[in-house]
Amino acid sequence: MDWQAIWLSVRLASLTTLILLALGAPIAFWLTYSPRRWKFLVEAVVALPLVLPPTVLGFYVLLAIGPRSPLGALYGRVTGGMLPFSFQGLLVASVLYSMPFTVQPIAAGFAAVDRKLLEASWCLGVSRFDTFRRVIVPLAMPGIATGAILSFAHTLGEFGVVLMVGGNIRGVTRTVSISIYDQVQSLNYGGALETSLFLVGVSFAVLAITYALQRRVWAIWPAS
Amino acid sequence: MAGELICRCRKRLASGFELSAALRVPLEASVTVLFGPSGAGKTTLLRLLAGLERPDEGRLALNGVTWFDSESGIFVPPQQRRAGFLFQDYALFPHLTVAENVGYAAQPAETQKLLDTFGLAGLADRFPRAISGGQQQRVALARALAARPSLLLLDEPLSALDAPTRQRARHGLRRLLIESGVPAIVVTHDRMEAIALGDWMTVMIAGSVRQAGPVRDVFHHPADAAVAESVGVENVLAAHIVERHSGLLTLRVGYVDMAAVDSGETGDVFACIRAEDVALTRDLARTSTARNCLAGRVRSIALEGPLARVELDCGFPLVAVVTAQSVTEMALQAGDAVCAIVKTTSVHLAE
Repeated sequence: MDWQAIWLSVRLASLTTLILLALGAPIAFWLTYSPRRWKFLVEAVVALPLVLPPTVLGFYVLLAIGPRSPLGALYGRVTGGMLPFSFQGLLVASVLYSMPFTVQPIAAGFAAVDRKLLEASWCLGVSRFDTFRRVIVPLAMPGIATGAILSFAHTLGEFGVVLMVGGNIRGVTRTVSISIYDQVQSLNYGGALETSLFLVGVSFAVLAITYALQRRVWAIWPAS
Repeated sequence: MAGELICRCRKRLASGFELSAALRVPLEASVTVLFGPSGAGKTTLLRLLAGLERPDEGRLALNGVTWFDSESGIFVPPQQRRAGFLFQDYALFPHLTVAENVGYAAQPAETQKLLDTFGLAGLADRFPRAISGGQQQRVALARALAARPSLLLLDEPLSALDAPTRQRARHGLRRLLIESGVPAIVVTHDRMEAIALGDWMTVMIAGSVRQAGPVRDVFHHPADAAVAESVGVENVLAAHIVERHSGLLTLRVGYVDMAAVDSGETGDVFACIRAEDVALTRDLARTSTARNCLAGRVRSIALEGPLARVELDCGFPLVAVVTAQSVTEMALQAGDAVCAIVKTTSVHLAE
């Protein structure tokens, strides 16, 4: 089994999930509570990765982070390195690609919180931010957990975008799915079978946990 | 805390409903009832006062402190108004225990004191879904008071309770409100609730304030027909409880005794009787314990379509609304001696 690739994928998925939680929660918050009428446009943009082929997304990301793009040029000046075919570049692509898997469940979690509870908190003199922290987050925890788990699992198994943006550099951008592809190409079916089985096992476990949380198999937080 | 709440606001809702409220509430009246039929805009007005909605124009001030002024663009957010808001379904935080709910915005010592005063100490570790509606109401009130509000706003605080609990909760609520020392504005569409809870009363109909004054005055002298129709209790009699016996109370109204169902009141009360609940007969005979038979004289009869409004003098003024047909059958005329029959269950008491 290609432990190096597995470790790389786990690192990529963990970091992507962390970044997405920090980035996705405010977006989900805005989508849930903003009175703006045009927010459906933002919703559509966030959901785009669900329907676009990974090649299309990967191609645009590659252009956007290339050394000739403003973003790539800035990154080059600050760090001296390049984003394409690097772990950092993969991270940027993964964050964009897994965005809907974080934002949608979290937004659903926020929307399920009764607005009166927020108003009750405000009338008790508690600021909007503290209300978010003390009321919305605990009550939306099922949605937040689902968002985190799904984006982790989705990044773990991602293939097309990684190949477009990261290529196949051992220890740098060769993730589990690419490693499996390599093994099949070199007719190493035994290795491919082992790694694939590992991925199936992890994915199944993650999804089982997600659905169990939603069905409240374990009472981690009190029912509302 | 003598002060005044001044509100002169307009607010147009997305539904097209327009609220145009002008009212002054004297805050030395400890409980003010905001009364009106459903859809009159009472809840909207309460939300404007709390700062949960922003009026389109107008001015709002409590004790001289401006909360909203469309001309100078002042809008004080709910956090700084500190108007304790009691939602109709209480809006307790489901993920927090009773003690955590009460202590949500309070000092621990304050929380403990409130839990004790409200009789919630034994429920401190329960979650809101595991306690009764009446207990939830007390938790919500304790939580609102814990934040040391300048004003309490209660939106139909008893409507989420079942009927028997509601009856008992009324008096408990008034006592808690008065003991808290915080002026309260209570929204209700229930006449009995208005009488039982309020000192001062503001009547709202179709988005505007029609009458304001002490509760008794509003019931006795409705400003116009719409108010009269909405308050709808023609007979509000000052009474004194003289005896209590096997579930019945004997009330003295003027020089006349009357029986009512005992629901725990003591001393001086108001006996409220709807005119439809007063029946008339010429037969001055039988009285059962379930009925009051009050001898009196007809002072006037006014026909209103199929109904007749009969004003009686039974030692105190009493209004009855009966069918026009029964007036004809009895050949009732002014000056006639009649007996007004009122079931003991139709005499509603308010302290």
